[in-house]
Amino acid sequence: MLGRKKFILGLKEKLIEKLLFLCSFLSVLTTFGIIFILSAESIEFFKEVPVLSFLTDTQWTPLFVNKHFGILPLLCGTILTTFIAISVALPIGLISAVYLSEYASDKTRNIIKPLMEILAAVPTVVYGYFALLFITPLLKKIIPSISGFNALSSGLVMGIMIIPLVASLSEDALRSVPNGLREGAYALGSTRLQLSFKVIFPAALSGIIAALILAISRAIGETMIVAIAAGQQPRLTLNPLVPIETITAYIVQVSLGDTPHGTLEYRTIFACGMTLFLLTLCLNIISFKLKKKFQEIYE
Amino acid sequence: MAKNILETQDLKAYFGNKQILKGINLAFLSNTVTAIIGPSGCGKSTFIRSINRINDLIPNFRIEGNIIFNDQDIHDKNVDEVDLRRKVGMVFQRPNPFPKSIYDNIAYGFNIYGIKDKYTIDAAVENSLKKVALWEEVKNNLSQNALTLSGGQQQRLCFARALAIEPEVLLLDEPCSAIDPISTAKIEELIHQLKKNYTIIIVTHNMQQAARVSDYTAFFLLGELIEFGKTDGIFTAPKDKRTEAYITGRFG
Repeated sequence: MLGRKKFILGLKEKLIEKLLFLCSFLSVLTTFGIIFILSAESIEFFKEVPVLSFLTDTQWTPLFVNKHFGILPLLCGTILTTFIAISVALPIGLISAVYLSEYASDKTRNIIKPLMEILAAVPTVVYGYFALLFITPLLKKIIPSISGFNALSSGLVMGIMIIPLVASLSEDALRSVPNGLREGAYALGSTRLQLSFKVIFPAALSGIIAALILAISRAIGETMIVAIAAGQQPRLTLNPLVPIETITAYIVQVSLGDTPHGTLEYRTIFACGMTLFLLTLCLNIISFKLKKKFQEIYE
Repeated sequence: MAKNILETQDLKAYFGNKQILKGINLAFLSNTVTAIIGPSGCGKSTFIRSINRINDLIPNFRIEGNIIFNDQDIHDKNVDEVDLRRKVGMVFQRPNPFPKSIYDNIAYGFNIYGIKDKYTIDAAVENSLKKVALWEEVKNNLSQNALTLSGGQQQRLCFARALAIEPEVLLLDEPCSAIDPISTAKIEELIHQLKKNYTIIIVTHNMQQAARVSDYTAFFLLGELIEFGKTDGIFTAPKDKRTEAYITGRFG
């Protein structure tokens, strides 16, 4: 009797274990599925377009009669908007993080932090329209020559969008610096400013760099804002005032367009997707390694 | 002639509504070592952490009474706590070197004071590391990260860091509680030597240590000063029953 009960219980345990395994396996499977499709379609693409010309051609005109498949203009657009976004998000995010971690009282922090995180909850499409309909006209008053679609306004808005990410992750890094270091620095006669920037900040540096890299990969992958406000003209330029196109925006353009399946034009989006995937994968690996290194120091 | 470099007058301290110190009157002679002993929670850490105003950083901490350092109340609005802390150095319970090189740990005190002269700093690094008997062990690895040192070495580095900026008073908050016996012996030896130039106040749980290193001993219990006097006297002929009970190990 007892043996039977035990047997059933054991079976149940096994069943549950299998079920849980299947659930977690599903997401792994999805990842591999995505990588498989990306690779398969990219390989087809690279059978027709040599990798070298993909990486070195300075024009991207797959939808025109005179076809060119150089990723550089798209990459350039991505780098340009990302750079503008990070130039906004990094200083503001870091200063906010130092304030929240070293200056703000618990009460102030408990109010400000959730408020800031609301910024992260705004749908990106709203940010896109904000860039196009509010920031661009504003910029036009300062720089009359700016185009209606441009990298600057979408980059700026993207920067605003990722401030909470930078601030929140950096603040975690700053706060995890042991309190003993704060007391030690104060006991030697540091001011709060010296403590923050000469002791706490360097001690949290690897955590902060990890936050920065995550922010970069978020900016690279951001789609909606640039698709709406940056224009859709692949252009090899670092001028932030003219329309450009990012890798992500191109993918949207083709996915939504009437490009027939199975054609070379259709496969370009997989090559682009692969490029994006590799780019963000590298960044995430670096960020992960840095975070681990940071944890090793203090735990 | 020795003088009182530091004195507390009816010092009361509170965390929120909880009173930790209940009116402490104590005076410290310059160039002496005073040990503060007492069971956990008696307020001895709070007491020495009040002297360099490091407790001021804790929200809800409040103090009443006076702390007179070099004839001036340290809570006077003319006193800058940053200046005060340069004159009243502190070594903590757990070693807390900065995650920088050994050299930079000691140079930090100069750096924040705007002293950039390399010769001054080099000399201070060497001198202070020699004082704490760490020089021979690390002189070839000054650029090594301080966190790679052993616990005892880290604590001696923290001593060196505090000494480098030449404070007048040195507060030691159970400096040996987290380190091995050999390092402890080295630190006790160091305290003996430092007495010539510094006034030292050491909080300790270890009564043998108090007896070994100090000239004067103060016994705290539940936020009150029960007994204060020459260390010999306290340990051989305590006047108060509670002091006797504590040092003979009947509680605490």
